[in-house]
Amino acid sequence: MAAPPETNIRPQQFLAAQVRWHPLEIVFWVATLAPFYFFPSYLSLASQIAIAALFALSLDLILGYAGIVSLGHAAFFGMGAYTAGLISKFGWGEPLTGLIIAAFAAGLVGYATSFIIAKFRHLTLIMLTLGIGLLLYEAANSASWLTGGADGLQGIDIWPIFNTFDYDLWGYTAYTYSLVVLFLVFVATRRLIHSPFGLSLRGIRENAVRMPAIGAPSESHIRTVYTISAVMAGLAGALIAQTTSTVSLEALSFERSADVLVMVVLGGAGRLYGGIIGSIIFLVARDQFSGINPQYWLFWIGLLLVMVVMFLPNGILGGLARLKWLQRGKP
Amino acid sequence: MGPFVAVMFDGFAYGMLLFLVSVGLSVTLGMMNFVNLAHGAFAMLGAYVTVTLMNTYGWSFLATLPFAFIVAGLASVAFEQTLFRPLYRASDLDQVLLTIGLVFMAVAAVAYVFGTESQPIHIPDYLRGFITIGGANFAVYRIFLVSVALLVSVLLIAGLEFTRFGAQIRASVDNQRMARGLGINVDRVFAYTFALGSGLAGLGGALAIEVVGLDHSFALIYLIVMLIIVSVGGLGSISGSFVAAVVIGVSDTAGKYYFPYLGAFLIYLVMIAVLLWRPAGLFGKR
Repeated sequence: MAAPPETNIRPQQFLAAQVRWHPLEIVFWVATLAPFYFFPSYLSLASQIAIAALFALSLDLILGYAGIVSLGHAAFFGMGAYTAGLISKFGWGEPLTGLIIAAFAAGLVGYATSFIIAKFRHLTLIMLTLGIGLLLYEAANSASWLTGGADGLQGIDIWPIFNTFDYDLWGYTAYTYSLVVLFLVFVATRRLIHSPFGLSLRGIRENAVRMPAIGAPSESHIRTVYTISAVMAGLAGALIAQTTSTVSLEALSFERSADVLVMVVLGGAGRLYGGIIGSIIFLVARDQFSGINPQYWLFWIGLLLVMVVMFLPNGILGGLARLKWLQRGKP
Repeated sequence: MGPFVAVMFDGFAYGMLLFLVSVGLSVTLGMMNFVNLAHGAFAMLGAYVTVTLMNTYGWSFLATLPFAFIVAGLASVAFEQTLFRPLYRASDLDQVLLTIGLVFMAVAAVAYVFGTESQPIHIPDYLRGFITIGGANFAVYRIFLVSVALLVSVLLIAGLEFTRFGAQIRASVDNQRMARGLGINVDRVFAYTFALGSGLAGLGGALAIEVVGLDHSFALIYLIVMLIIVSVGGLGSISGSFVAAVVIGVSDTAGKYYFPYLGAFLIYLVMIAVLLWRPAGLFGKR
């Protein structure tokens, strides 16, 4: 949503103008409360969407802003999910500390792998992210004494949040919890991408070789943002483990990495709200079409991807922005 | 000693299969830098051509193989001309998304037409059974597989080395702009190469049914293995693909035989190690 920079504007003013909240944004966040009143029977779905949106936001940070194409982002989601599941299984079911520990664990893996990620581009980078993701999947599959392997992790017991709010069948607590975490992380991300650091990330996306020449070290910036993104993905994974009390290998699978990529691209990469909009559309559509054989669902996802690439190169939000721009262009 | 030799041979045969399926991807990626994740879909197409011709029309297995090659090659050119061509200068992300979208559609379409069950295939009797040499059993089918793959490799390398078209391919892979400047129609060379590579994938897919089975998810499962071979071998290198396919085929088969608890762990580890050591792959130049 970059506003066209006016001439003779000081950098501080430019950044401040970017940070200001647009009325539509406020409308959007108020609308996220609607499921409580209008669709109470869909609160579990709403909670799934909030978690997927958080995961999509984390991918958007590296994909849309730093230009890192990852086919293995589920590695950090799964890392967070298994960490949160395991600590509650071994007797510590307090959700908030569990969330933080899980995010820390995912961030640790993210930091370790970021040294590899920062050095490569193009196909090698895609293959490395894919390989690391598959490696973690196979590791979790092999270590079935710890993770339960293909049967999933059993025996997760999460204590009520603040010792008061227990998980209910309808998902009031689950949605509130996921939404609050999503919102807090969103505000932090929003601040981050409008900071000078965020601007230099966009510079790296456009040209990673030239950025060091104007004083922005590409590699260390990529390491930082990759770690932050891993922490966010870990938070999303931990949320899904805590709100559903199950973790399965699916959390680490290639399908999950592919799904989140579809969500971000569908909504529009590099637009902050793109991943959120994409995950809403993706999951509502899947919920509505769930009566159809999942094999055929895949067909529509494939068609959607082809269409987005051919006709909506910047996703739905990109298309809307273009429409607005065309309108403004007319006298 | 017997089992060791047999495992190595099985791994080598599997590697030959992987080579057939992925060599086209390597050359086209090296030439146009086009990340074509739909390559596995053409292998799957070839496999289903063989299954249909055999089970519905009663053709013999060997007679279907040329058709697997031709149909996959022709279909790939149709896609190349219409969908892929506009994306040669697009970003990695767009290429990945479009081609993986096509894979999803292919997987769903096959599930719709053929169902999700594994497809049966009855290879002729003279390709069944074992030959015992020095205490080790060699499956006749795998010997057949290795012979076909070696024949194809010799033809490919000879064609690339000694024909005019081969020289044009090498020139286009090495330096596309210079090749254009010398009057080579790189787009047309690329279209032929693309058809040839996808045709080989179709042939490989048809030959793979007996070894790894065939169902609708073939294109997705083998996509990852193909990409591993291409990136380990190095883009645009036929000998690189050959070596990588053998390394991956042998380490996968031996890994599953000697360390079954590791699962597919080993080949991912091999890939990451190779890429960290040589980011452009074993034989890659860039």
